Amino acid sequence: MAEMEINWAAIASHPKFVELHRAKMRFLVGLWVVGATSYFLLLIGAITAPGLFNTKVIGRLNFGYLFCLFQFVLSWAIAVYYTRKSNKEFDPLTKELVELIIKEKSQ
Amino acid sequence: MRTLLFSLVIGSVFGSWALAATPPAKPTPQTVAVASTQTPAVAAPSALPATPNNPGATAAKAPAAAPKKMQTNRGFTISMFLVIIAATAGIVVWASKSTSTAADYYAAGGGISGMQNGWAIAGDFLSAATFLGITGLMSLFGPDGFMYSVGIIISFLTILLIIAEPCRNAGKYTLGDILAFRSSSKAVRAVASLSAVVVSIFYLLGQMVGAGKLMQLLLGIPYKASIIGVGALIIVYVALGGMKATTWVQIIKAALLMFTGLVLSIAILWKSGFNLLGFFDSVAASQAIQDHVRGVMKHTTAEPGFDYGQRFLELGLFFKNPLDQISLGLAWILGAAGLPHVMMRFFTVPNAKEARKSVVVSMFLIGAFLIMVSFLGFGAALYVTPQQITALDKGGNMAGLMIAQYVGGGAGTIAGDLLLAFVCAVAFATILAVVSGLVLASSAAIAHDLYVNVVKGGKADQGTQIKVARVASFFVGAVAIVLGIACENLNIAQLVGLALAVVASANFPVLIFALFWKRFNSAGIIAGLVVGTVVTIAVLMVSPNMTYPKKIAADAQKVVLAMEKKQAAGAVLAEKELKALEKARLDYAQNKNGTSLVGLDAPLFPLKNPGIVSVPIGFLVTIVATLLFRNRREEEMFEELFVRQTTGYGVAKAAKH
Repeated sequence: MAEMEINWAAIASHPKFVELHRAKMRFLVGLWVVGATSYFLLLIGAITAPGLFNTKVIGRLNFGYLFCLFQFVLSWAIAVYYTRKSNKEFDPLTKELVELIIKEKSQ
Repeated sequence: MRTLLFSLVIGSVFGSWALAATPPAKPTPQTVAVASTQTPAVAAPSALPATPNNPGATAAKAPAAAPKKMQTNRGFTISMFLVIIAATAGIVVWASKSTSTAADYYAAGGGISGMQNGWAIAGDFLSAATFLGITGLMSLFGPDGFMYSVGIIISFLTILLIIAEPCRNAGKYTLGDILAFRSSSKAVRAVASLSAVVVSIFYLLGQMVGAGKLMQLLLGIPYKASIIGVGALIIVYVALGGMKATTWVQIIKAALLMFTGLVLSIAILWKSGFNLLGFFDSVAASQAIQDHVRGVMKHTTAEPGFDYGQRFLELGLFFKNPLDQISLGLAWILGAAGLPHVMMRFFTVPNAKEARKSVVVSMFLIGAFLIMVSFLGFGAALYVTPQQITALDKGGNMAGLMIAQYVGGGAGTIAGDLLLAFVCAVAFATILAVVSGLVLASSAAIAHDLYVNVVKGGKADQGTQIKVARVASFFVGAVAIVLGIACENLNIAQLVGLALAVVASANFPVLIFALFWKRFNSAGIIAGLVVGTVVTIAVLMVSPNMTYPKKIAADAQKVVLAMEKKQAAGAVLAEKELKALEKARLDYAQNKNGTSLVGLDAPLFPLKNPGIVSVPIGFLVTIVATLLFRNRREEEMFEELFVRQTTGYGVAKAAKH
């Protein structure tokens, strides 16, 4: 296969690639940690902090129930934020890199 | 050949319906009444008062006179089922015409759009267990069921942020492709394939057992006949239609399910005058719910000043152990992302951007559905009452169907029966679709990983590949039928939970390291997959999920002693109580000398979910094995995988053939 001739190591250490990968990882892992933390706070808090979780907020609806609802909103918000960021920042950078690979291949 | 197989299986499906004409020989203990016109309602009065969980049921006075069976209109229900079967069979025939290469068969030729794939992923997650199980959990234990739903939506964060795009960029048809990218070891392929089959079978069994139970309860079809019928249909669907048919069946079913959820939740809100706060006020004010909560909390007499209605709206009525919660949370957040049939979906879209879009679409669909399900659960508690729900099924699995019948006008009304029949048919479509996806994933693992790449060294022409995949799906389906019949009395939720825990402890660490860790190698892959799986199953074997006969005997003895004490005090036992006494004596005699499957008297591990132990062990073993057996060649290959999975360069190869 012709692709075997590509110097993958050179691309992997190319500043543009390193920059894209770092930015992506920081962003993705950061968002994941936010989501995961809030989920475990819900799971643990529901049992260990009944005082807070049972506080009525609106009518009969308590903090625990609203926290569950919030998890849905949070997940959706993360999904939308990630899509926007990818479309605006990561995708153009990725495109540049693919062009770089193709250039490398043709040499 | 194809038409022969098709007519053969259709014949056996209808055969199982013909079998259904004979009333079921022996209902399972959970089946309180079998809904069939021929079978009279057999109420099992001993079932409820005897369980410590549901003493509330005896305390309830409100709707005590109502019948304890699900009344269905068999004509409606069977017609709806036939419509579903005809529609899905049509899709299969259509899809089979355009399936000519392996890429078509496993990945629909990469021609599924992000939007379509999003609906299909939503379909994979919205199984009958999700729809019926969570509605039931909420109708009996309030928002704890909602907290369970949160696990599903949160699991998508891992899929979205970590798995979807790299998988699309690095893989072809299976997890084995990603793992084998750097490793040329045949053992890696073989282990990856076995692992995918084991996980899918566990997951699939949960669905099959549920399908059998549902059909038995709704149509009066005997359990075995239901399993054989469902299994045969699925074999035809997968063998002929491949990924394209599976995807479209999944899309249509997801749309039906969304529509059902929407109609039912609007009906419930309409009944409460579209006043959400008022709706929750009436839930808390319901005498039946208050009695039920008092029963769940084991308060024999009402504690003065305690707001039992409000307690129903609070968390922690069902989930009580924080460690178990963390364990369950780990299984969801790490496990769902590595399920073979879910990963496979990302190979059906043309690029990473569409993969991303499909996850986002499915997140909105699934989230919206789960929120609608929460209305169904509360609505069922308020309008059907927990007592009625547990009278039909102790686990509450019939709550979703009962509320459908209720909002349509109740049993016996045309709208009520039609709506019930519709929801039953949707539940059936759901089972067909989800199991098809699982059978396809297993057959891909066997045919693509094991046969083509291990046995044939990657050299097999397109025709052979598809033929082998079809044969494999036939065998997986056959195994599913045999195991489904054998596992009739297993707890369904346990099987699905086990599959998630195995993936979180074995497949997930391996997948993550394969994508992101340069030093990762074959030794790590094999050790991680094998040890992760074995440890998870081992922990589960000694956990409280297994049946411990000595515990059953001890509980039965308590009932016997209490009743005898009552008799000794001169009280005359009611007929109901006498039956309970008889049953308890029998239970005691049968179980007093028994041990669990692995010979234990009591569980060694205190939690229901093994994740908190098995996930760290899985990660640790994978890391240690990698470091012990360093492989320079595989490290050198990392850069290529790394660049490819980040940029998506070279993926078109898999999509276009």
